[in-house]
Amino acid sequence: MKTPALNEMKLSFPSSSANESFARAAVSAFAAQLDPTVDELSDIRTAVSEAVTNCIVHAYRDTIGEVTLLVRLFEGRRLVIQVKDRGCGIEDVEKAMEPLYTTGGEERAGLGFAVMESFMNRLHVTSRPGRGTTVTMEKRLSGRCAHGC
Amino acid sequence: MAVQLQMKQGELIAFLDGEIDHHCARELREEIDSAASRTQPRVLTLDFSGVQFMDSSGVGLIMGRYRLVSEWGGEICVANLPRRLERLVSLAGIRDLCTIIRSKEEEQ
Ligand SMILES: Nc1ncnc2c1ncn2[C@@H]1O[C@H](COP(=O)(O)OP(=O)(O)O)[C@@H](O)[C@H]1O
Ligand SMILES: [Mg+2]
Repeated sequence: MKTPALNEMKLSFPSSSANESFARAAVSAFAAQLDPTVDELSDIRTAVSEAVTNCIVHAYRDTIGEVTLLVRLFEGRRLVIQVKDRGCGIEDVEKAMEPLYTTGGEERAGLGFAVMESFMNRLHVTSRPGRGTTVTMEKRLSGRCAHGC
Repeated sequence: MAVQLQMKQGELIAFLDGEIDHHCARELREEIDSAASRTQPRVLTLDFSGVQFMDSSGVGLIMGRYRLVSEWGGEICVANLPRRLERLVSLAGIRDLCTIIRSKEEEQ
């Protein structure tokens, strides 16, 4: 049985690069209800920026398509963020996730997945060539309140 | 977002500020590259003291400028890197490519 989310939000927007900062801001605003630390919030913002930028730069390389964000909050202060596109997909996900691997040319560092992996607690990528990619990442936030909630 | 550029004694300093992501990296890159190509500095310093947010596009910006100044034997210095950006920058192994100077206010 799946545990229901305590709260969730869904957002979709076109893959124009101006929406990179919008996506970060929207997820941070949703995460604010957990009262995260400055460092936790910065990790989340960075990981979201990476995943959304990948949709814009790679998935819809020469077109504009739809990017969907699903952010859910679960028991135990777990924030689960899903970033989905219906773009070109990835042939070899394992290879794509290797640090410094990029098909994006000179100005891409090839570190997006490495950042998501190290800044979040869990990262899962599924992709089908020609169909699109879904990136799911989870951040477990430290307890801040005296009751441990 | 813009960048302030300053030339002194063979060193070109680019004062970056605000948020560095893929969207605004292009404009930064174009401004820095046109000044750097014209002046061919011995050292190109990228000053991060005003940077509030950065993702791996900022790392790409550093690596790309490293490639550019290498054309004339120049060096990159990453200055006043805020503590919260250190983990990101160290992921790239950029430490081997350039000099990194930590942010003064945040040094203990
Ligand atoms: N949403 C996506 N759709 C298609 N390809 C992707 C997607 N995300 C990542 N990739 C592929 O994985 C590679 C590595 O991604 P990443 O680690 O973020 O580095 P970078 O974005 O700098 O290339 C990309 O160069 C691209 O080939
Ligand atoms: Mg990327």
